[in-house]
Amino acid sequence: MSLATTTNYLTPTGREEPWRFTPLNRLAGLQDQAVELHDRISLEPADIPFGVSITVEDAASFPPLSESEDQVVQRVRESASKVLVISIAKDAEIGTPIILTRKVLEMAAEASRVQINAGLHSRATIVISNAGDGVFAEDIELNLEPGSNLRFITLQEWSTKAVHVARHHAIIAKDATFTSYVVTVGGSLVRLLPTVEYTGPGASAELFGLYFATDGQHLEHRVHVEHGVPGAKSRVNYKGALNGDSARTVWIGDVFIKAAAQGTDTYELNRNLLLSDGARADSVPNLEIETGDIVGAGHASTTGRFDDEQLFYLMSRGIPSEEARRLVIRGFFSEIVSKLALPEVEERIMSRIDNELATVRI
Amino acid sequence: MSTLEIKGLHVSVVTEEGSKEILRGVDLTIKSGEVHAIMGPNGSGKSTLAYSIAGHPKYTITSGSVTLDGADVLAMTVDERAKAGLFLAMQYPVEVPGVSVSNFLRTAVTAIRGEAPKVRTWVGEVKEAMSVLSMDPAFAERNVNEGFSGGEKKRHEILQMELLKPKIAILDETDSGLDVDALRIVSEGVNRVKENQDLGIMLITHYTRILRYIKPDFVHVFAGGRIVEEGGPELATKLEENGYAEYVTA
Repeated sequence: MSLATTTNYLTPTGREEPWRFTPLNRLAGLQDQAVELHDRISLEPADIPFGVSITVEDAASFPPLSESEDQVVQRVRESASKVLVISIAKDAEIGTPIILTRKVLEMAAEASRVQINAGLHSRATIVISNAGDGVFAEDIELNLEPGSNLRFITLQEWSTKAVHVARHHAIIAKDATFTSYVVTVGGSLVRLLPTVEYTGPGASAELFGLYFATDGQHLEHRVHVEHGVPGAKSRVNYKGALNGDSARTVWIGDVFIKAAAQGTDTYELNRNLLLSDGARADSVPNLEIETGDIVGAGHASTTGRFDDEQLFYLMSRGIPSEEARRLVIRGFFSEIVSKLALPEVEERIMSRIDNELATVRI
Repeated sequence: MSTLEIKGLHVSVVTEEGSKEILRGVDLTIKSGEVHAIMGPNGSGKSTLAYSIAGHPKYTITSGSVTLDGADVLAMTVDERAKAGLFLAMQYPVEVPGVSVSNFLRTAVTAIRGEAPKVRTWVGEVKEAMSVLSMDPAFAERNVNEGFSGGEKKRHEILQMELLKPKIAILDETDSGLDVDALRIVSEGVNRVKENQDLGIMLITHYTRILRYIKPDFVHVFAGGRIVEEGGPELATKLEENGYAEYVTA
């Protein structure tokens, strides 16, 4: 256990661009040192397949691989004395998902660091499954060596009180393929920063997200893709739905194409479905391009209400309104959720959404 | 034997300029096994009649009644009308992204029949119904109406009619956007359901073309929000020759 003692970073006030959507008073003191951070790693692996190692290492031996301007991430780096290191061996093809489950023992704030290394030409799927209540600040770094293929799934199935701030930063080498799925359906305040940088041509990132916010939830996803080398590809597709007067979601999609990044191919998409009056979804796609020599760059963002014509069509075939709504919302999310290729997780998440829909009249 | 009875039906829609009356007193009775063609110029209110009976929230019934075997249709929710035995084949079927045709059909049939169909017989039932409509089995895995051609959408509507087994079906411009082959397949489907299930049909159309395939027992000319002339099949022949000019007041 250690209390951060140095303050060589600034405490956000809420006026800074990266913080302007976040209700700081609900961050449980993560941003301003009002809470003591416990140096603890509460992720536990299930079975560890051959070709994978999962160890706890001294932070000093595993310094951060990337820089972060985020104050909470900086604080985590100061607080954490250990790092959970997950390594996929060179050429390993891991058929079954590597699942790590959050074991929450007490309501205390936790700061943890995770480093994941996907070895040369390896293939694997890693699932981080978060549930329960607590306060968590996480710095997860993923390093993809050339030709590797890593699917990275994080499930935020928190209970109602959880506060969770995390950065998932992927560094993708030549010809490596990174696919991330962020599913956020629980928690009081969740602020995730899925970020990507490339180090070689042929590198590819597909970032998918699904979020569902009900009353009292603030779910924020700030995607940042930095194209700094030529010939890399990115796709971003986040879909969210909100149900309840005080449901809030924020999606930021920053894509930067630097002057050196010729041949970049990028597209990002965010769709939000407002299921009740008063719910608010902020969606800010942002594309900055320093070179015109690219394959393609685009973005789209839509936020709309439930389509009454879809409801009428289904009901005109005898389907009751509650069930028709469930069908439409399952349909809306199916594009993302079916890609997880984890049928039991898919059903669990959709059932949770079904149940939360049933509690509030649309 | 079922009877759909429409009496003195007045319907309005809310527009930016205020409430606008579309239907101005429609009287029509349709019994099992009968085919009633509703023909009229564009904008005469034919589709409003169809959607009002199905219960679309856009339309407000200001007076009149609609009953199915004596039961008050206008007091029912949209799904209750379907369960009571009404079916609307839409001119523009709605896309439902992410919901497969097979899931949709199964959910609808379960709702209408009050119990889930037996898996073994259900698969065969759907296959057979699709095959007679010349639909590829792969169709069942596609999302409802998403990326369907005009002909595929209409076949999908008739497929639903076949499986849901309504008492009275309203076909709203089912012929629009169909080439000759698709029109023949869709019409054969409608005739088959009519024969097998003693279906009563309200066939809304602008053109007489579909009446070569689906023979009407009665033809009603619709103009200005009500029925202005009624007759047998010979009335359709007259319309084909003269058009609607005489019914449209300047």
